[in-house]
Amino acid sequence: MSADAHVPAGSGRTIGPLAGVAREPGVAKPDPVLVVDGLRRSFGGVTAVDVAHLEIQRGLITGLIGPNGAGKTTLFNLLTGFDTPDAGTWSFDGEPLGSTSAYAVARRGMVRTFQLTKALSRMTVLENLMLGGAGQAGERLSLALLAPAWRREEAALRERAEELLVRFKLDHMRDQFAGTLSGGQRKLLEMARALMVEPSLVMLDEPMAGVNPALTQSLLGHVKDLRDREGRTVVFVEHDMDVVFDISDWVVCLAEGRVIAEGPPESIGSDEAVIDAYLGASHGRDRPPRKRPPHERGTA
Amino acid sequence: MIETVVFDALRAAIGPTAAAYALLAIGLNIHFGYTGLLNFGQVGFMLVGGYGLAIPVAVYGQPLWVGLLSGLAAAVVLALLLGAPTLRLRADYLAITTIAAAEILRFLSRNSTSEDVTGGVYGLRQFAGEFYAVSPFPGDRYLGALAFSGNRMWAMTVGWGVAVLLSIAVHRLMRSPWGRVLRSIREDEDAARSLGKNVFLYKMQSLILGGVLGGIGGMVFVLSLQTIQPDMFLPQVTFFAFTMVILGGTATAVGPLAGTVLFWFLITGLQSGVRTVVESGVIPGVSAGQAVGATTLIVVGALLMALMVFRPQGILGDREELRLDVR
Amino acid sequence: MRDPSVTPARPRPDVRARLGAVIGLLAALLLPVAALAQSSETIAGRLSDGGEPVAGVLIVVTAEDGTPVGEVRSGADGAWELGLPGPGAYVVELDVASLPDGVTLRDPDRTTVAVNVFENARSAAVFALGEPVDQGPTFGRLLAQNAVNGLKFGLIIAMTAVGLSLIFGTTGLVNFAHGDLVTVGAFLTFFLNVTLGLRFLIAVPLAVLTSAAFSGGLDRFLWRPLRARQTGLIAMLVVSIGLGFVLRHLALLFFGGSRSSYGEYTLQTALEIGLVRLQPTEIVVMGLSLAILTGVGLLLNRTRLGKAMRAVADERDLAESSGIDVQRVILAVWILGGALTGIGGTFLGLIESVDYLMGFRLLLLMFAGVILGGLGSAYGAMVGGIVVGLVSEVSTVWFSSQIKYVWALLVLAVILLVRPQGILGRRERIG
Repeated sequence: MSADAHVPAGSGRTIGPLAGVAREPGVAKPDPVLVVDGLRRSFGGVTAVDVAHLEIQRGLITGLIGPNGAGKTTLFNLLTGFDTPDAGTWSFDGEPLGSTSAYAVARRGMVRTFQLTKALSRMTVLENLMLGGAGQAGERLSLALLAPAWRREEAALRERAEELLVRFKLDHMRDQFAGTLSGGQRKLLEMARALMVEPSLVMLDEPMAGVNPALTQSLLGHVKDLRDREGRTVVFVEHDMDVVFDISDWVVCLAEGRVIAEGPPESIGSDEAVIDAYLGASHGRDRPPRKRPPHERGTA
Repeated sequence: MIETVVFDALRAAIGPTAAAYALLAIGLNIHFGYTGLLNFGQVGFMLVGGYGLAIPVAVYGQPLWVGLLSGLAAAVVLALLLGAPTLRLRADYLAITTIAAAEILRFLSRNSTSEDVTGGVYGLRQFAGEFYAVSPFPGDRYLGALAFSGNRMWAMTVGWGVAVLLSIAVHRLMRSPWGRVLRSIREDEDAARSLGKNVFLYKMQSLILGGVLGGIGGMVFVLSLQTIQPDMFLPQVTFFAFTMVILGGTATAVGPLAGTVLFWFLITGLQSGVRTVVESGVIPGVSAGQAVGATTLIVVGALLMALMVFRPQGILGDREELRLDVR
Repeated sequence: MRDPSVTPARPRPDVRARLGAVIGLLAALLLPVAALAQSSETIAGRLSDGGEPVAGVLIVVTAEDGTPVGEVRSGADGAWELGLPGPGAYVVELDVASLPDGVTLRDPDRTTVAVNVFENARSAAVFALGEPVDQGPTFGRLLAQNAVNGLKFGLIIAMTAVGLSLIFGTTGLVNFAHGDLVTVGAFLTFFLNVTLGLRFLIAVPLAVLTSAAFSGGLDRFLWRPLRARQTGLIAMLVVSIGLGFVLRHLALLFFGGSRSSYGEYTLQTALEIGLVRLQPTEIVVMGLSLAILTGVGLLLNRTRLGKAMRAVADERDLAESSGIDVQRVILAVWILGGALTGIGGTFLGLIESVDYLMGFRLLLLMFAGVILGGLGSAYGAMVGGIVVGLVSEVSTVWFSSQIKYVWALLVLAVILLVRPQGILGRRERIG
């Protein structure tokens, strides 16, 4: 692996801070927002995640790749408090996060989306977004009946939600039930809803899966905006290598729960370990069989 | 003959017992309709509300307001006890635990060792005096052919008054941001969590609130009957209330009230009809009784099944919402 | 147990009509029989002195306003029951003169008992006779006897709970009608044995087969169409409650609200075995239950069908993609569950009695057992069921037997707090 960082012209990458960082698993980064140590989770004897050390650089887009069953979603679940690890610690913004409940993780500013979108079907698109607002006084039972106590806050929230709806081109559906949206629109809705929380770190689990190609570009644009316009950190899981190459500043490859390679997208595609992992996976070498949802495209 | 049936049905549909059930149903609607909690032990809240009121007054000679407060407190405590172990788990666990708890409470209040406090199977009386002392209905015959006694009139007025007021309050709560969080939990609690909502806390608040409504229902119930006995709180009470909620339409403000009135009208009409037919000697050599009761309960069961299969949104529910419920 | 004609479910246009027919049929069953039974409210009691039944005692019931209602004499088993004209307050009086010589009321002043009877209630009027019963047996005997009773009861819970757990595992449905399947099983035997007069040993296998077929029919004509319509699990759970309600009260309608016994094997002399006394039927019931549980264990462990059941329960998508006909496996699970509730209900009716609420009471204990062992695990249900039976019976060594189920349900609460996935269950993700 070569040590120099070459940035292809016109890709808009901001690899700058990571220019001098070695391309090896678990490498230290100059300004990590998320630091993971010794994280392990197994399901009935099968190790799903076993990450010795991993750092996520602040303000960049980090892509998380790996063959099916590599433990990407499990890693997301663990980091965001939706699952409990067997061992390990991790910290966000310098504060330890182990054994923090999922809701508290989100309040700290680390908000995730889901591989299978969770649109709140029988609530309107606008309600879906307004739910995202953090620290609402009207969400307290003691104040809920005192409309004057939260009316102004609610109006401000509505305004912010409307802006996001315009930005994500969902404004024409604001009063429809979210259950009526298409798959791609749900992805957009979920991303917009996550932004309502004003997170500093956004974790997107397969944001492009099942999305109509016509929408892909606009979704990609929105993800880049998170970094460029709003200065947020993004970690995303994706199977489509074109997407990964297009938007990530740094790529982490997982296989069988371990980090096997890290580096800028250009170097990761030629990494021996990565190629081995994907080839091994496609040959189904003693891997627990798992039903692949139709939208999961193979990338090897 | 038809007249008898209709009057019987009307009398039940607007009577104080129906008001008590309406309160139960409003509470269940908070749980099931808005939050997606499966509370199959609503009758347990009714029981602790009723005994919470009756015990301090009838056994320890406290004034009625102490009984009212202790009934409310008992419902809150029961909700905390039930919610703590189950609200972090799948919805089924709450269902199983609540139905079991309600039966435990009934067993315990029947138990002869608790006879000094609960009156055992004989139950308690003489706790409603203060309530009827302030009744503005001195006469003994109201509402013409419905022939409500003054006491019944008073219990009915208070019962329905409380039910309507509380259902307005619940409606406003559900339209607040707090209610929005509850509905998001019903739709997908992981989504709510991912947005920073303390799902456990909201579920607990919902359980407490709906349980307290059940407790108030229990108080109205025992005050109107002026007696309390363990076997007034059979598991079927909860299922009646469920049927009422679904009949009227879940997650609607008017649903529980409309469902309750309609349920009592239909069921009492059916009972009265069967009884009248049998007693009029059309079928010779048989008396009504058990058959009427059993028939009614079978119809309730079939009604619950049919509603759930064919019209889960109830008579007032939104068609579009129903379609989206398919998961 | 296998049905080759079954094909995977696909949505059908006539599903609505069929469901309607099933529900309509259930409802239509009532009206012709609506007039069969006697009045639904009764007052009952059982008189005994020092454990011996007291027969021939006159009990007089009057309404609160003094209107005479009727009188009845206690039977050979000391039991008496009187139908009432309707709900209301009644006064029950025991005619002291009719007491046999040497038998007296424990409290001589308490010759009357006031009873408030609610709609459809069977209210009890209790008259205590003679001196309080001695603590006869030694503690060791008491413990041993209760442990054996608990095992006996637990084996029955275990048998019936296996089906409940497997149904949950394969379909995700918590079947609230499962207890009433037990009732159906018990009454099928009762119907064949008592009403039709068949020999008990002929009635039982017929009842078990019918129960299995009935349960399979429920899956085929109710649950499968509902699954095909993609009805939500919560909706199905509520449907199962409605179904349980219908079954339970059909039993009430056809067989009445009182407890009854089978025609044979009821009056037996208990045998002394070591520290415990057991009737021969109880020994046979325990032996057969153990054999059946072992058989079910072998079925699940050794046969293709059993392995398929466990595979579907463990990982449904995986099972489906590896070529298992999931719908057929689910049907088999319902049939197996129905056979087991049929046997369990029959046994329970044999060692206790048959009544329309027997299954519903058992349901709560089945739930406790299933959660204790781990929702969805068949072996867990067996272990959990036995533990629940033991806990509730052994508790009577120290506590009132009126609240023996409370202890079993407390165990349930503790398990939920400490280890919600149960003894043998898999860890569930907890938010």
